[in-house]
Amino acid sequence: MSTGGNHELAQRLSVVLGVSDVTDLVRLSGGASRETWRFVANGESFVLQRVRKGTVGGFRTEPLVLAAAHHLGVPTPELVINGADSDALDLPFMIVRAVEGETIARKILRDDQFAHARSVLPEQLGRAAALLHSIDISSVPGLAAEDQVERYRDALLALGEPHPVFEATFRWLQHNQPESIKQCVVHGDFRLGNIMVDSNGLSAVLDWELAHVGDPMEDLGWLCVRAWRFGGTHPAAGLGTYDQLFDAYESVAGKRPDHDVVRWWEILGTLKWGIICISQAATHLNGVVRSHELAAIGRRVCENEYDLIDLLTESVV
Amino acid sequence: MTAPHDRPTASELLEALREWMEGELLPSLEGRLQFHTRVAINSLDIVRREIDLGAEQQLTHAEVLSTLGFGSDEELAIAIRNGDFDSNLISLLTTLRPIVEDKVRVSNPKYLRS
Repeated sequence: MSTGGNHELAQRLSVVLGVSDVTDLVRLSGGASRETWRFVANGESFVLQRVRKGTVGGFRTEPLVLAAAHHLGVPTPELVINGADSDALDLPFMIVRAVEGETIARKILRDDQFAHARSVLPEQLGRAAALLHSIDISSVPGLAAEDQVERYRDALLALGEPHPVFEATFRWLQHNQPESIKQCVVHGDFRLGNIMVDSNGLSAVLDWELAHVGDPMEDLGWLCVRAWRFGGTHPAAGLGTYDQLFDAYESVAGKRPDHDVVRWWEILGTLKWGIICISQAATHLNGVVRSHELAAIGRRVCENEYDLIDLLTESVV
Repeated sequence: MTAPHDRPTASELLEALREWMEGELLPSLEGRLQFHTRVAINSLDIVRREIDLGAEQQLTHAEVLSTLGFGSDEELAIAIRNGDFDSNLISLLTTLRPIVEDKVRVSNPKYLRS
């Protein structure tokens, strides 16, 4: 990335924001489909996310969901510009006000500076989930409903690797699917790693790109999947008990989550992560991205088979 | 048991490599390279455990599958998908547990609940 390119982007950003000067523009690590930049304008810090050249799909409804969540008081970065349909920066983008904090799970779970944060995080996550589930669906037109079981069953079939434990789990999930009490806006990737934490606890819920319409308990189940405990001893983000999470959720939603329903979603979440592990290894194996890190993820598939057997035979409660 | 090869065995070679990577290479690195070296060490450990335990685990795997009447994971997966085990999914999972535990014992033994 040349300085000249950065300079041009800084100039275009100042036009988009209507400010005289954009400074301190630096590129942060981004995902596979997006680039992330941080910069300063009028003495305040902002974050730009822009679709990476050559990738399919844009921001769709994500900026709208983010704005709706922020409006309801969910800790999230404030949306400044929704560029989902704009060509001012060539490719779809959004600009949010920067939020400070740590996202690396292992640091949040172990570093001394987060000791207080750890004690309040499970409750904060429970309340944040209940709040985001109260977003008015009609305020985010275009947000799609998604059958998670069908989506991942198709994904497993397409990957073409035999996994008897996963097949058995799909059958169990089909036979035991709980009646959905309500359909609402679901974050879709609500977990440690996608939240920002400072010394006071939760400072922002990030990464809304998988938001969809679905059952609210999907987010609670996913939060409790063993992989997202990062070695922590308790189910809720590795830090809190189910009861702590459910109490906090109930204090906002007025209705206590049904543990059996959350468990069904935790089982589906464990299965999902197992299938994602297969697909990450496949990305290496079929040559899309050669990486020993992606390759090694293939050997984490069995951790999920192991957890599924425990969950389904109820040898852990 | 590793004839015609001389010592060190494949497992011992990996162990030597690991000792060097952990003791000398890792402390000299930081950030991304250090993380990726850690991942590499983990992968060496997986291979070493597979060399040490793999032959016996293959027998267990084949034995468990044959008690269920199948010759491969693929055949079993298809039967499950067709609903053949719908009335006894939980006992099927209990039967499959030793295979999965063997896999975790190779990939990440610390993950096993004692």
